Amino acid sequence: MTDETETLTRFAPDSGTEVALPVHTDLLRLATAGSVDDGKSTLVGRLLHDTKSVLADQLEAVHRASADRGLSQPDLSLLVDGLRAEREQGITIDVAYRYFATPKRTFVLADTPGHVQYTRNTVTGASTAQLAVLLVDARKGVLEQTRRHAAVLALLGVPRLVLAVNKIDMVDFDESVHTSIAAEFAEHARALGYSDDHVVTVPVSALHGDNVVERSERTPWYTGPALLEHLETVPVAPDPHDAPFRLPVQYVIRPRTAEHPDYRGYAGQVAAGVVSEGEEVAVLPGGAHSRVVKVDTPDGSAPSAAAGRSVTVLLEDDVDIARGDVIVSAAGQPRVTDEIEATVCWLAEKPLAPRARVLIKHGARTVQAKVTELVTRFDEQELSGVGAPEQLELNEIGKVRFRTSESLPVDEYANSKRTGSFIVLDPSDGSTLAAGLVGVPLAPLAAAAAD
Amino acid sequence: MTTEAIMDQNLDLPEDPAIAEAPPQVDNLDALESEAIHIFREVAGEFDRPVILFSGGKDSTVLLHLALKAFRPAPVPFPLLHVDTGHNFEEVLQFRDDLVSRHDLRLVVERVQDWIDDGRLSERPDGTRNPLQTQPLLEAIEQNRFDAVFGGGRRDEERARAKERVFSLRDSFGQWDPRRQRPELWNLYNGKHRAGEHMRVFPLSNWTELDVWRYIQREKIELAELYYAHRREVFDRDGMWLTSGPWGGPGADEQVVEKTVRYRTVGDGSCTGAVESEAYTVDDVIAEVAASHLTERGATRADDRMSEAAMEDRKREGYF
Repeated sequence: MTDETETLTRFAPDSGTEVALPVHTDLLRLATAGSVDDGKSTLVGRLLHDTKSVLADQLEAVHRASADRGLSQPDLSLLVDGLRAEREQGITIDVAYRYFATPKRTFVLADTPGHVQYTRNTVTGASTAQLAVLLVDARKGVLEQTRRHAAVLALLGVPRLVLAVNKIDMVDFDESVHTSIAAEFAEHARALGYSDDHVVTVPVSALHGDNVVERSERTPWYTGPALLEHLETVPVAPDPHDAPFRLPVQYVIRPRTAEHPDYRGYAGQVAAGVVSEGEEVAVLPGGAHSRVVKVDTPDGSAPSAAAGRSVTVLLEDDVDIARGDVIVSAAGQPRVTDEIEATVCWLAEKPLAPRARVLIKHGARTVQAKVTELVTRFDEQELSGVGAPEQLELNEIGKVRFRTSESLPVDEYANSKRTGSFIVLDPSDGSTLAAGLVGVPLAPLAAAAAD
Repeated sequence: MTTEAIMDQNLDLPEDPAIAEAPPQVDNLDALESEAIHIFREVAGEFDRPVILFSGGKDSTVLLHLALKAFRPAPVPFPLLHVDTGHNFEEVLQFRDDLVSRHDLRLVVERVQDWIDDGRLSERPDGTRNPLQTQPLLEAIEQNRFDAVFGGGRRDEERARAKERVFSLRDSFGQWDPRRQRPELWNLYNGKHRAGEHMRVFPLSNWTELDVWRYIQREKIELAELYYAHRREVFDRDGMWLTSGPWGGPGADEQVVEKTVRYRTVGDGSCTGAVESEAYTVDDVIAEVAASHLTERGATRADDRMSEAAMEDRKREGYF
């Protein structure tokens, strides 16, 4: 798609060389993950710097701040650690989103913290990612936190992983160190359900730039791509278009104007599949049937619209539809149920207790819910479930059963991310407690449940 | 579904079989537009009294354009709020008023000048009024009981902004606490808030300056004219070209010269500088932005140069 489009000319800030910047590119959403002090911010800073995505005033600010701190070299992590407390402590506290582009692709990067207490932010960053870059320190190898993050990424269905073995310069570019870390991680990834061609391991030095944008001469034994080369060329899977159509109704558009006295449109973002004029649909949870007579997109009426587009759908019959309802393909309907079994990533300080009363937001509907059973807690090290925990604590993952006050049309997360996911809210203060994935997307969890 | 079936399916989870017959990729601008419209509709569905913060600048103009698209053929179900520093450019205020009347919108204006006149605020020694906007903004939110406030902020503007959620909860003092932000998962936005708290909402979070300009080009969005090159009398202060005006200047040692300039951002006249430019059309601007060595704020905003954490500190106090 990029090849035939016109390009603009962009001057790199420090060298004056021309960089072609495409007008239309495809987009890769990626997240970083890893342990504390493994150099994530430095790697992201390096990626931005070496792709000329950092402009002169930002770079100047980093040079100035580094000098103020008495550093002899600019600290590239200062480019991304945007909060005062982050710079003071030299750690990343919260997710930051970065945007950069090369002639081949546009990137949205969720830069997530590694600290154990902020694992919830890894979940935040990974929920929309198509690829995750997981960092390890070459001197330390695969840690407990690495295994935990990989499990979270697999659970959330992030399709591809890159293991960046950072600080390879600190082990004298030793091939055997890289090989053994790569082998250990590959085994773990396989156990999580990843096929070998979806996992790539790259030896890098974020500090010096080895194998980040350019292949390094100091790792002659490494024959794979530099990190950026891989990010630019890895296939991006679009939303599957053969999934059955789903539209959570966000808002009912009724102008009641002289021009549009009878217009009644159901507005929302297509969550899965394609909606077409003439399509037979059902409205859930009520179950009424109708037919799509018109699909309005932001650019006017269209014969059809696919997953990801915000649309307004008009139906043949005068059906009672409100915010929270889901319009679905009559031929392929989700399960409508008030008993939901889900995998839950607990993100709050306050633990999840049995019989807790919570709110569940699924699509555009928020309902009351009660925890009926804590089935298992997932052990990320053993990759197995531990039966009937007393509670789920911050950053723990488990299988939980809920009963909801109203029925919800749910898909399995593994089949439909948008209609298979929900968030759990605290009814008392409205805070977000957990990420919920309908069904049991992680094979080892299922295995434990079968015992 | 049996456990075996679940397991079989799960083993295939990280596969992406659709690559072979991949349908055409959704254009990046279409994806950004759909996301912003989704956010507008979510707020319309969940909140009682939303408002769009509107300055007449390019980001707020794009924001309004998206709001019009989100509810078409119905009118935009929100009023606009402008915090007028008293140092705004006359042509921008004119543009603002034209747009409001053309789309039959309701505009609430809170004037910093009123606050200075009656002594609730005092002028700063440096004359800049940008930091003075915070209190009038919070007061307008409280007085009008707005519970969701849309802003045109983008994460690419500044590294503290890069940390901001799309739905950003503010306490009853309007404060932002970056360490206690809610996780934001998939496209499920949490709109819950308690009485007195409000939500700042940023539909353009994932847009870059270049995306905004490409969208302006694609949608043929009309902007205030000072975004395009024009002749203007300006004077040099700290390496920025400022316009003379009620905001002070030129000083005794600052010389007025006529230059061909344009603005990359539009804000308080005392701290928003023009850049020398020959970009007369939107196509010219896109080429210029793509080639620029400076960020939009770094090039033209004096207030962000004050300290390493200037933006974060202002946001904590309730600024956008």
